[in-house]
Amino acid sequence: MAEKLTPRERLAIEPVPMREQDPAVRRHNINEVPFGYSPDEAMREAQRCLLCKNRPCVGGCPVSVDIPGFIGMVAEGRFHDAALRIKETNCLPAVCGRVCPQEEQCQAVCTVAKSHKDPARSVQIGKLERFVADWDRVNSTGVDSAKPAQSTGKRVAIIGSGPGGLTAAGDLASLGHDVTIFEALHRTGGVLVYGIPEFRLPKAIVEYEVDGLRKKGVKIVRNMAIGKSRSIQDLLDSGFDAVFIATGAGLPWFKNIPGEDSLGVYSANEYLTRANLMDAYNFGDGSDTPIKRGKRVVTFGGGNVAMDSARTALRLGADESIIVYRRGEQEMPARAEEIHHAREEGVQFALLQDGIEILADENGWVTGVKCLKMALGEPDRSGRPRPVPIEGSEFVIPADVVICAIGNGANPIITEATPTIATNKWGNIIADPETGKTSMTGVWAGGDIVRGGATVILAMGDGRRAAAAIDEYLRTGNW
Amino acid sequence: MSQSGFLIHSNDPIAPSVFRMVVEAPEIAKYRKAGQFVIVRPAGGTERIPLTIADADAEAGTIVLVYQVVGKTTAGMAILPAGGELADVAGPLGRPTHIEKFGRVVCVGGGIGVAPSHPIAQAMRRAGNYVVSILGARNRDLLIMEDEMRAASDEVVCVTDDGSYGRKGFVTDALRGMLESPDTTVDLVVAIGPPIMMKMVSLLTREFGVKTMVSLNTVMIDGTGMCGGCRVKVNGETKFVCVDGPEFDGHGVDFDAMMRRQRMYVGQEKDSYEAFLRDHGCKLEERIRELKRG
Repeated sequence: MAEKLTPRERLAIEPVPMREQDPAVRRHNINEVPFGYSPDEAMREAQRCLLCKNRPCVGGCPVSVDIPGFIGMVAEGRFHDAALRIKETNCLPAVCGRVCPQEEQCQAVCTVAKSHKDPARSVQIGKLERFVADWDRVNSTGVDSAKPAQSTGKRVAIIGSGPGGLTAAGDLASLGHDVTIFEALHRTGGVLVYGIPEFRLPKAIVEYEVDGLRKKGVKIVRNMAIGKSRSIQDLLDSGFDAVFIATGAGLPWFKNIPGEDSLGVYSANEYLTRANLMDAYNFGDGSDTPIKRGKRVVTFGGGNVAMDSARTALRLGADESIIVYRRGEQEMPARAEEIHHAREEGVQFALLQDGIEILADENGWVTGVKCLKMALGEPDRSGRPRPVPIEGSEFVIPADVVICAIGNGANPIITEATPTIATNKWGNIIADPETGKTSMTGVWAGGDIVRGGATVILAMGDGRRAAAAIDEYLRTGNW
Repeated sequence: MSQSGFLIHSNDPIAPSVFRMVVEAPEIAKYRKAGQFVIVRPAGGTERIPLTIADADAEAGTIVLVYQVVGKTTAGMAILPAGGELADVAGPLGRPTHIEKFGRVVCVGGGIGVAPSHPIAQAMRRAGNYVVSILGARNRDLLIMEDEMRAASDEVVCVTDDGSYGRKGFVTDALRGMLESPDTTVDLVVAIGPPIMMKMVSLLTREFGVKTMVSLNTVMIDGTGMCGGCRVKVNGETKFVCVDGPEFDGHGVDFDAMMRRQRMYVGQEKDSYEAFLRDHGCKLEERIRELKRG
């Protein structure tokens, strides 16, 4: 396979699709949807990469993975080398290969896609990254060839064990710093374990990646809500030389419409946390955490979290799972792949509609959602067309569970306890976009507590940049 | 890989189906303030439940949890022996009680609500308040922590529904007497107990225009403001009990909606508990019987 192909030959290879569970089957189970590439499939896909000189994909990656470098190794069947190459800059490759929006990042700028004038025909970078990480997890000896770094004697506290915190921890440990992660929940991984469903990101993969960090010497303290017990200042006073805050999103938004405190109304965070972190799929069979198994589930929102919620509802036995979104499909913030998977599984899309009231029976249980039809008007501040209600268009969608997946505000715990850290008017921490530096000396922040609601890879990028800045601070003492 | 759990120093029945557990949790014991709670996950696979911290000993590094067996999770806690472990205890969580010198403070504790009232009465008294505690229960056996409350208060009034101890009646009867008394003014009422009790107390004190704080114990998962399961309406606004509370102005709380939401999982909770009793019912009864053997 390793013989040199001409660019023309490479461009002639069709993108290799990833085999998936049949939609009719998978809507009833929580197993992962795509099966992953076989080695042959991965090598064939890797041959499509032109290994072009300008490498636009690397610039499109928030953590600057050496994409042509690892893909070239895959094409030669050197999977372990490819894994090491990815891990130089990405400590969570099995996660990123699954949940990154590659179509907006590395794949959006791929030279192959440009040659075909078709973004769908880019090199399937995400699928290849996933293949390499999965192959390595199964086949590697567990021995990372990277030597443990010389200890610097500096201690860093990281608050939150989600993607931002884990990335910063991995980088800082590789640089020889003594890293402790503080996690408020009983399980490590943040949104990777409470939010993203098993069928998109198996928990075992998160556990494997977290174990990798432990092997690098990262300490993880669970059940610890910094700000309620120890404060940031306490950490700095008790031997930590720097702190990175990556506490993620908080305070789920509701629509503030009548009936929202009815029984059967969930925030997406609660619905997904019950299903994922607390394993309510298995209520009565290993899990004590209940969840309402609705037959007709309405989810408000158009992002990835809305797709996750609507697809989870199917797996919890819903006959119908309906996304109600006030704009059109073009405006949906969810990844195209997530919308596609949801639709394949039978999720219905009620677009250009918005809920104005939740209806309930005499016992308070949800019976339906009163909606209005919307039209698209002039662009609003977000640049997307503003949805405008059409008067007199009211109608009711019957439902027994309603999920609000319309975003989150800022978690107040750390900022309330630490007035030195400046926040914006929404309560998010103000951090330097280049370095993650906050207004408090020795303290950095990144991910959703700064951005207010973004993606796993953006949080990881923040973790990476903050780690570099923290390392510089620890070496030079210059704030 | 697993961090060890939280060592149980003691776990004894103090009233029918009510247990007092002393758990080693030095960090929580050191930082907790009156009014705060912990989230407990007793073992793998169990629910996460909020429990108010009834007391703590910072030097010994222990906290006290007083809980009533109402379902599988609390029953599972009741059968844990001293020397055993709780898998996870996270906290302290929630905002502490606002303590200042108000003047005359009445702490109303109903049922196991007496337990969380205890640190509040202590702190209020330390701040120079004259603290009157009203302790209520269905009957004499269910009235808990009277000695501790006497030590923490200037006056104590006990009330039982059936008159088997103290005055016969409800906590609201005793409170009304104080509010109507021409000799004293009540500056603040802190009411903790079953939702219906807190509702009735709040309705009563509203008549008299007396500020009333209630401590809510709604369904929670993370307890840190992430899931929103604990939300309540206060003065028409959605508030999260875990980060905005657990204490709120009782006159603003929509108790009816809160009580309705607390019933959301009644069916599943019953199934869970019955399955538990089939497997561990004898052990639980044995533990509850220890009370009589004293």
